[in-house]
Amino acid sequence: MFSGFMVNAWEVGTMVAVVGGVVGFFVVLRGSAFPAHAIPNGAFAGAAGANLLAINPLIGLGVFSFGAALGIGALSRRGRSDAVTALALVMMLALGAAFLSLSTQYEPQIFSLLFGEILGVSSSEILPVVALGAVCIVAVAVLYRPLMLTSIAPDIAAARGLRPQRFEIAFLIVIACATTMTVPVVGALLIFTLMLGPSAAAQCFTNRAGRAMAGSVAIALVTIWLALACAYESNWPVGFYVSVLSAASYGIGRGYAAWHTRRQVRATRESLRRVALTN
Amino acid sequence: MTDVPVLQVDEISVSLSGRQVLDHVSFDVRGGEFTGLIGSNGVGKTTLLRTILGLQRPDSGRVLVSGMPLSPRSRSLGYVPQKIVVDPDVPMRARDFVALGLDAHRYGLTRRSPQQRELVERILHDVDAERFADNRLGSLSGGEQQRVFIAHALISQPKLLLLDEPLANLDPRSVQDIVALLHRVARGYGVAILLSAHEMNALLPVMDRIVYLTGGRAASGTTDEVIRSDVLSQLYGHHVDVLQLHGRVLVVAEPGQDNQDIPQHPTLTLG
Repeated sequence: MFSGFMVNAWEVGTMVAVVGGVVGFFVVLRGSAFPAHAIPNGAFAGAAGANLLAINPLIGLGVFSFGAALGIGALSRRGRSDAVTALALVMMLALGAAFLSLSTQYEPQIFSLLFGEILGVSSSEILPVVALGAVCIVAVAVLYRPLMLTSIAPDIAAARGLRPQRFEIAFLIVIACATTMTVPVVGALLIFTLMLGPSAAAQCFTNRAGRAMAGSVAIALVTIWLALACAYESNWPVGFYVSVLSAASYGIGRGYAAWHTRRQVRATRESLRRVALTN
Repeated sequence: MTDVPVLQVDEISVSLSGRQVLDHVSFDVRGGEFTGLIGSNGVGKTTLLRTILGLQRPDSGRVLVSGMPLSPRSRSLGYVPQKIVVDPDVPMRARDFVALGLDAHRYGLTRRSPQQRELVERILHDVDAERFADNRLGSLSGGEQQRVFIAHALISQPKLLLLDEPLANLDPRSVQDIVALLHRVARGYGVAILLSAHEMNALLPVMDRIVYLTGGRAASGTTDEVIRSDVLSQLYGHHVDVLQLHGRVLVVAEPGQDNQDIPQHPTLTLG
């Protein structure tokens, strides 16, 4: 399990989990789940186009990811964000279907972009993943505080001279960067799951932003490591385990939040009862 | 109070979708003053505040803050918007949101200094928010959130605090508490306050000046100078009466007049 092709899988999986946890924290905080779904899934059309032109699929992925991020960000200023995102997604999927139909041969590697090939990662693919991952993490660190305020109170942020629309576009570009980096190795569906489940779960466990982000990374790491181990032992797809474990972590998080709230209410009632008895 | 006004609104006109919302509105706010911006819903109070903040470009006129045009990242103005809906799941303590008022405009991650942390504690104490400072922002009641938003705005030590309808949707007790709090911080911090509301009576004990807005036009001055039958009749373009009743002010129209712009009791007419 810890030799040969699995070494590459552990390394790439770890980096993808860290990026998914960090970027996913703001995906959940900003309510950007739909763009985070649309950009990776739509980007597959770029890879299909690159295949048609016989160029590196990474270039097509990058062009479509960044194009989708800029397009969704710019058009959302003029129309409903969810409608714009949905239309961008279907347009890109339609283009992807058209590119595939123009291709003379069936290309399994294009379809693998949706589901990933983490167990087939070559050594040469690790460096670009690490480099783009580092770019994403540095970008989030630089934008951390303005992103925080524009996510929670955009009106106050705007009054302070921060332009929420610009930060929305900047954050969508970070998602695009994470997409370009991760889709070839873990697939569009997997990175979406890793950006959503662990982050949403972590926010149930703490009321502090920094701890929620750290928790998001920790849950994403445990998820991908467990998924890799289970996939190795069972021969079932990694994506299946990542999705199930992410959903389970969120379920546990909601359960903890409900239990914690009930405990607080009981404690408040008890203290009020004591005060009443004392008086 | 200083001689140079903290805020000068000079002949501001704003049109939105072809409708004239503000028509040559002028008034000043001086340092430490508590000014009420009074008008019924839809008369342009929020548009006026957004114009002051530089978020709405006026058709004509200008806004000066301490005698200078407002720069985009000026720390001179604090702002509490009309409505902020915070998801209860957002992992942000009230205390951390207040601290964000210090450095939300800064890029990168830096540790806050002991002095900054002390300032956060002092402001939480001053707005009486210590007891719920460790709770999630989204789990607080409307009145508690208002205190946190006021603390967030105050911590950057602005010269002028703009509050858009902070008393809307609060119960009478919370209204009294927030008004008393604002009066206290205005005096304590020497910050001028411009607060919009559609009901003036809760503000009467604390208002130094009033800006009365209707039909896109404004009258400003002390309450005694503005809340008079002759001034308001000229502003409305028809006769209105001003009645004092048990310490409360009622602005009422005569029968047959359109009184929908009158902020306090839109259905009250003299029979």
